[in-house]
Amino acid sequence: MIKKLLTLPLLILVASFSFGQNATLKGVVKFKGEAPKPRLISMKADRQCDAMHGGKPVTAEDVVVNQNGTLKWVFVYVKEGVKGKYSPPAEPVVLDQQGCLYHPHVFGIMVGQKLEVRNSDPLLHNVHSTPKKNKPFNIGQPVKGMKSYYTFTVPEVMVPFKCDVHPWMSAYAGVLDHPFFSVTDDKGEFEIKNLPPGTYTIEAWHEKLGTQTQTITVKAGETKSIEFTFERKK
Amino acid sequence: MSQNQSKFHGLLFLFFFILGSIASVWVVLRNGWWLPELASDRETIDKIFVTIFIIAGILFVLSELALSYFIFKYAGDARRKAFYLPGTTKKEILWSILPGVLVVMILEISAEFLGGASIWGKIHGEPPKDAFLVEITGEQFAWSIRYPGPDGKFGKVDPKLISYDNPLGIDMSDEASKDDIVFPAGEGVLYLPLNHPVVLLIRSKDVIHSPFIPNFRVKQDAVPGMVTRTWFVPKKEGEYELACAELCGLGHYRMKSLVVVKPMEEVQEWLSQQTPAGDIYW
Amino acid sequence: MTGHEHSQVEVHHKEGFIRKYIFSTDHKTIAKQYLITGIIWGFIGMILSWFMRLQLAYPNQPIPLLEKILGGWAEGGILKPEFYTALITMHGTIMVFFLLTAGLSGTFSNYLIPLQIGARDMAFPVLNMLSYWVFFAASVVMLISFFVQTGPAGAGWTMYPPLSALKNAVPGSGFGTTLWLISMALFIVSSLLGALNYITTTLNYRTKGMSMGRLPITVWGMFVTAILGLLSFPVLLAGAVMLIFDREFGTSFFVPSGLVLGGQPVPHEGGNPILWQHLFWFLGHPEVYIVLLPAVSIVGEVLATNSRKPLFAYKICVGAIIGIGALSMIVWGHHMYVSGMNPILGEIFVVTTLAISFPTAILIFNYLVTVWRGSLRFTPGMLFALGFLGLFIPGALTGAFLATAPVDIQLHDTYFVVAHFHFTMATAAAFGMFAGVYHWFPKMFGRMMNDKLGKIHFWGTFIGVYLIFFPMFFQGIAGVPRRYYSFTEYNFTSQFIGLNKFITIAAFIAGAAQFIFLFNFFWSMFKGPKADKNPWKANTLEWQADSPPPHGNWGPELPVVYRGPYEYSVPGAEEDYIPQTASIKVEAK
Ligand code: HEM
Ligand SMILES: [Cu+2]
Ligand SMILES: [Cu+2]
Ligand SMILES: [Cu+2]
Repeated sequence: MIKKLLTLPLLILVASFSFGQNATLKGVVKFKGEAPKPRLISMKADRQCDAMHGGKPVTAEDVVVNQNGTLKWVFVYVKEGVKGKYSPPAEPVVLDQQGCLYHPHVFGIMVGQKLEVRNSDPLLHNVHSTPKKNKPFNIGQPVKGMKSYYTFTVPEVMVPFKCDVHPWMSAYAGVLDHPFFSVTDDKGEFEIKNLPPGTYTIEAWHEKLGTQTQTITVKAGETKSIEFTFERKK
Repeated sequence: MSQNQSKFHGLLFLFFFILGSIASVWVVLRNGWWLPELASDRETIDKIFVTIFIIAGILFVLSELALSYFIFKYAGDARRKAFYLPGTTKKEILWSILPGVLVVMILEISAEFLGGASIWGKIHGEPPKDAFLVEITGEQFAWSIRYPGPDGKFGKVDPKLISYDNPLGIDMSDEASKDDIVFPAGEGVLYLPLNHPVVLLIRSKDVIHSPFIPNFRVKQDAVPGMVTRTWFVPKKEGEYELACAELCGLGHYRMKSLVVVKPMEEVQEWLSQQTPAGDIYW
Repeated sequence: MTGHEHSQVEVHHKEGFIRKYIFSTDHKTIAKQYLITGIIWGFIGMILSWFMRLQLAYPNQPIPLLEKILGGWAEGGILKPEFYTALITMHGTIMVFFLLTAGLSGTFSNYLIPLQIGARDMAFPVLNMLSYWVFFAASVVMLISFFVQTGPAGAGWTMYPPLSALKNAVPGSGFGTTLWLISMALFIVSSLLGALNYITTTLNYRTKGMSMGRLPITVWGMFVTAILGLLSFPVLLAGAVMLIFDREFGTSFFVPSGLVLGGQPVPHEGGNPILWQHLFWFLGHPEVYIVLLPAVSIVGEVLATNSRKPLFAYKICVGAIIGIGALSMIVWGHHMYVSGMNPILGEIFVVTTLAISFPTAILIFNYLVTVWRGSLRFTPGMLFALGFLGLFIPGALTGAFLATAPVDIQLHDTYFVVAHFHFTMATAAAFGMFAGVYHWFPKMFGRMMNDKLGKIHFWGTFIGVYLIFFPMFFQGIAGVPRRYYSFTEYNFTSQFIGLNKFITIAAFIAGAAQFIFLFNFFWSMFKGPKADKNPWKANTLEWQADSPPPHGNWGPELPVVYRGPYEYSVPGAEEDYIPQTASIKVEAK
């Protein structure tokens, strides 16, 4: 039984690499309607943070509409249809706290993969994560260069992160037990590679604008393009 | 035990307290009372403080010196028997009670007569009608600040409406809410008008906090589930620090806010430049 | 008088090791168990304070050694802020409850009450044993909480909800707080068992001639303490149970509706956090007198004995102790002037608090008069008793600031309070305890402690304590709030970073002096010179028993009391002391 369990992902892996038979899923997330005025964050109450941005307000990353009318920070992932087991990569995902902001604002991570939370600011940040299914944690990092490591044990979309000292700081992690996820960039684009042929439910998640799903089928070796469109909620 | 050794301990006590008294007096002479510079109308607090400081300081020096003098003077001597004084006669009993009573009277009467009760009553009484209103809400570990806007009224809040976009849970269906000016936690500055009564309405979203402005002699716990209140008149222009005085978790030591005191016109002008809540929460 | 007629009695009571030293029902053994457990706790509490002081003196500077000792709590040699709050919580809890309640009352009530009233043991010896072992269980639970992954409780020794009620309010609010609450519940049960015993024994087991008016001041102190404990601890027990219910079973005694913690709504509704503060301080204020009264009464006894003078106005002193005890039940609100409590209540508590300073001032004045024109004998015990006065005076005087509600607005929750309670309750009570240990050690262990080491210990501690806590008054006046992980964040606090280094050095010196005591204590227990029955030439009954007294304390006959406890230097008497058992009549010349 165990042998079977182990060989299955191995077979998939071998298949995916040696034959290059897997599909790639590409796409953009569009924003329809008038883009909202970006929300400004004033860091006046914390002089150190404020100084790092030259005393100027910073724009919030909750709704970022790109120049080309697409949407940034959308987490796109395969919600249903993945078969087999995938083991997490050895290298950690880094969540950096710099300039009193989280970098990146949205990211994906696999179950069992290490998350490195790093403080690049010379002041206290407080990493407060409030997942529903995983174990919550809450830890202070008072000085520059501190690092803390966490792993998640069950898939969860999404796990919120917050700094209680700087309540404007927020980040979201999509925790999955497979590697088929992506986050939209400055052009609103995403790309999921190495998807084995099959039928999948794809979900796009945005922290403010909700979720959307599409069902797609990919064939071996194919590169498929899809598109999501979000609209400003009333 | 030799008599010399006894004297030695007596001397040490004496030496220690004389040195200590001199050091304390020197410290006070050099740095004043150590109170942060007063910038509000609560000078009565300082007056009472200084009075108690002086009386208690004198009592402290007197009693410690008496103690160390006794220790020095009456150090054990084989040739001398102690003075038998059981304190059982009426006169002796009176003597045992009187000084205690006196000490306490001096301290208390001075405190109360300087207006302790009246300033307490004033702080907790009704503020003037035209007072400047500000609401400050604590959460781990930052303060949200809200001004009522031109209508002088705060909109209703409902904790169920609290979200990332609406950190105070303001009910936008309330007319009074639309012009409220809101600074989410950690993003606001407390702008206060000079020489004008200010009412601080204090709330908390999670645990107990306590906004404390040392220069104003202002401290009042922020209790979740309640709105507490205090009022005062800022008397000096400038920037001050607001700290949290009640343990609220790991960030307690840096839960701060900036307080800026400016003339009323400047504060009003600054307020008019801010975006009211009705325009932000879509 | 110096015969060894007790030997047959001892043969009768030959017992196995376990019955004799571990599950003993002998009040003297139980007292020693309390003492040694208390000393261990005292050292743990002190070492915790070193960690805090290190952090305050060297904020943000890595101290690699810390990582070796504390592991994950000081990653990279830097103490975590959440661990700092756990440190203050555990330090406060340990010092107040485990050292100065159990360690002080437990030791001296157990040891002195039966011996000084001429009883053979406590009224309920088995209950007494149980009381120690329940305390021991409380200790074990509290210790375990240090090894919980999220750390020990971190809401301060006052455990204010919602910080303590919501499990993810701070890391320590998780399992650590659960253990804290369980430990405290056990602790309270132990205290109640003890108090019951002390009260019953004092009322019913006094030997012939030992009227209440002839009780040594120590017994009065312990007696009033026990009554206070019996009246106030159950309230905290109820509070702790309610808090456990809020945490585990979804009730809402202390948590109001509509809270949002870390962006997540909290399901509770309808509670009131101020309720806890009333419940807590209803115990908490009497508690500081539960800590103080045994110390004060030990100091009275030691002062009178070593001044070779009667305790001045014994009856007034007893009255003052009773007065303090009674008033301490109605002053709790002075901890809550800025809590949002009704301001009219605030004014009432100002009055009651001022009232309690009457008996306190009277007591301290009487002690001073006791020393006046005495013939002072500077044993280490005496030095600590005098040191107690030296510390308590500034502590009590600074209480006048805090009692005045408007001034308390500025000083509440600042280092002024930290300095105030360390002078009054913490170090003063610790000095009372040291005075007691040095004074009764010969009786407890039958050997003398080293005098020189005792004096070095005294001076190291006395000067150290002053240098640590006196500057904190000024920090507090300048507005530095207490329970701050570092002073770096505000202009009005960062001026003190240099002073903090100074205080920390003093803390290490004072701490080092405690190791002298530790050595002296254990070394003398085995190697000290043998003590005779009455090394201090004292009057009270215990000095008529052997050193150490056998099981059952007295020979076949109980002692009979003929006079009060403080007939020192009576004119006309041959010696400068007359034991309570002496039936001679002294004619004043
Ligand atoms: C070795 C000498 C001691 C030192 C250096 C020391 C130091 C400290 C420090 C640094 C704090 C924390 C202050 C803060 O951050 O607010 C503290 C708090 C406290 N200490 Fe001590 N302390 C000592 C002895 C004692 C003793 C003997 C007691 C006995 C009652 C005591 C009771 C307390 C209490 C109740 C608190 C408050 C805890 C809280 O805020 O919850 N301390 N001490
Ligand atoms: Cu931060
Ligand atoms: Cu706080
Ligand atoms: Cu109190």
